[in-house]
Amino acid sequence: MAPPAGRRTGANRRAQLGLFAGYLVAGLGAVIGALLLLISIFRPEAFSGLRSMAVDIASPAGETGAEGRTDSLSVLEAVAGYYRAGSRNAEMRREMQIARVRLAEADALGAENRRLRALLKLSEGDTGPVAVARLIGSTASSARRFAYLSAGRRDGVLPGMPVTSPLGLVGRVLEAGRSSSRVLLLTDSESMVPVRRATDDVVAFAEGRADGSLRLRLINLGINPIKVGDVFVTSGAGGLFRPGVAVAMATRLTNDGAIAQLLSNPAATDMVVVEPIWQREAVAAVASDSAQIPQTDGAEADDAPGASAQGVTTGAAEAGDAQ
Amino acid sequence: MEQLNPRSRSDAFGSKLDRAPSQTLAIAVPWATILIGSLAPFLPVISPAPILPPLGFLFMIAWRLMRPGLLPLWAGLPLGLFDDLFSGQPFGSATLLFSLALIAIDLIEARFPWRNFWQDWLTASVLTLVYLSIAALVSGAKLTLVQLQVIGPQLLLSIIVFPIIARMAALLDRLRLMRVRRLG
Repeated sequence: MAPPAGRRTGANRRAQLGLFAGYLVAGLGAVIGALLLLISIFRPEAFSGLRSMAVDIASPAGETGAEGRTDSLSVLEAVAGYYRAGSRNAEMRREMQIARVRLAEADALGAENRRLRALLKLSEGDTGPVAVARLIGSTASSARRFAYLSAGRRDGVLPGMPVTSPLGLVGRVLEAGRSSSRVLLLTDSESMVPVRRATDDVVAFAEGRADGSLRLRLINLGINPIKVGDVFVTSGAGGLFRPGVAVAMATRLTNDGAIAQLLSNPAATDMVVVEPIWQREAVAAVASDSAQIPQTDGAEADDAPGASAQGVTTGAAEAGDAQ
Repeated sequence: MEQLNPRSRSDAFGSKLDRAPSQTLAIAVPWATILIGSLAPFLPVISPAPILPPLGFLFMIAWRLMRPGLLPLWAGLPLGLFDDLFSGQPFGSATLLFSLALIAIDLIEARFPWRNFWQDWLTASVLTLVYLSIAALVSGAKLTLVQLQVIGPQLLLSIIVFPIIARMAALLDRLRLMRVRRLG
């Protein structure tokens, strides 16, 4: 390819100045970028208003795409369904029979639970959904794992609210715009959720890993009681997530816990439900306490209260949700 | 002549008689494609790990390498600001990296005025490697071994996808220079 003409300015004073000004402005651009970057590393919430406004404007395009994604997924599933249809059918019928028995047992347990709760005068709490929306996109080229949601403050969505799908927990709202919001997915490395084993009270933290799995870290160290295939649900500690929402299944054991696969893969979800913060007063109280402690690192602003609350209230919340 | 060959007075850019390329189109097409590339987070892909190449960045490099002088040297500032709004990175990272990439290409061009596509591809690959590494470094994610392993596939995909993006830019360049404006 030929070298661009007009690089050499020669004796033309005006061209020389123009070239110089170009470099100057480009250098200034880099400096402005560096300054903005420093500001947003030390104060992550600094540009959230600007960002959510832009996402509000751009989200209608993403919404049509999200509908397309759901349709194309179901087409693929329909095609895939024809493979090994017979054997799968028999297998599913067997599973169905087992599931029916388990469902009846669960109903009985639920009834018993309600009766015991009534005896203890524990209230159920308001867990009706705030909004039902679609995930319209994700930051697929960044090292952070955020998703964009097609509901915002207009629908009652506020930062901190958990986002779930029928299969389990997806993440929580980080920034809410007018008609869209940004969700911190569970697989983000800054995300941490207090969980317990579904069958008993083995408590752990589920941390996001960059590759789409979760790392479970046990709180009580000792002999690792986790087995491959154990399902973990939210424990309700910290007050953000209501207890009993499925999170992940352990696939590989480590020294201090396990590596787990997400149960609700956000890529396969159609609609997600935004739920209210479970114990709003408790979270607010802890947040106002920890606001006085100066933040030392560039972690997301609302991570600190959640993380400190998780440690404090673990015991209390565990006692509250024993089933 | 028209009776022998109806397309005798037109070429790949349209009719050669009383038509001229549109100034707006010639300037708007590269900017628009880069901005649309920056909107990639709204693609209907909810990925559990970073996998998508930084499309806005790749489109900018492709246009810059193919048409030197089309994008001004300061184009990294507005393009980066727009990219930052949606990329999920801390605000300012793309502004900084886009600007630095354009300056780097300018210096490379001064050093190697005669280039071919292979060299352009190499330039783009090295720039993407630097871009993705620094972007991951400043993103605020914990820098674990897993994080570094995850950048690998994304980088490979970006390198493989660059020729396709360069081809798309070349096709759009033809659209850009179409003679659409009627003279007289």
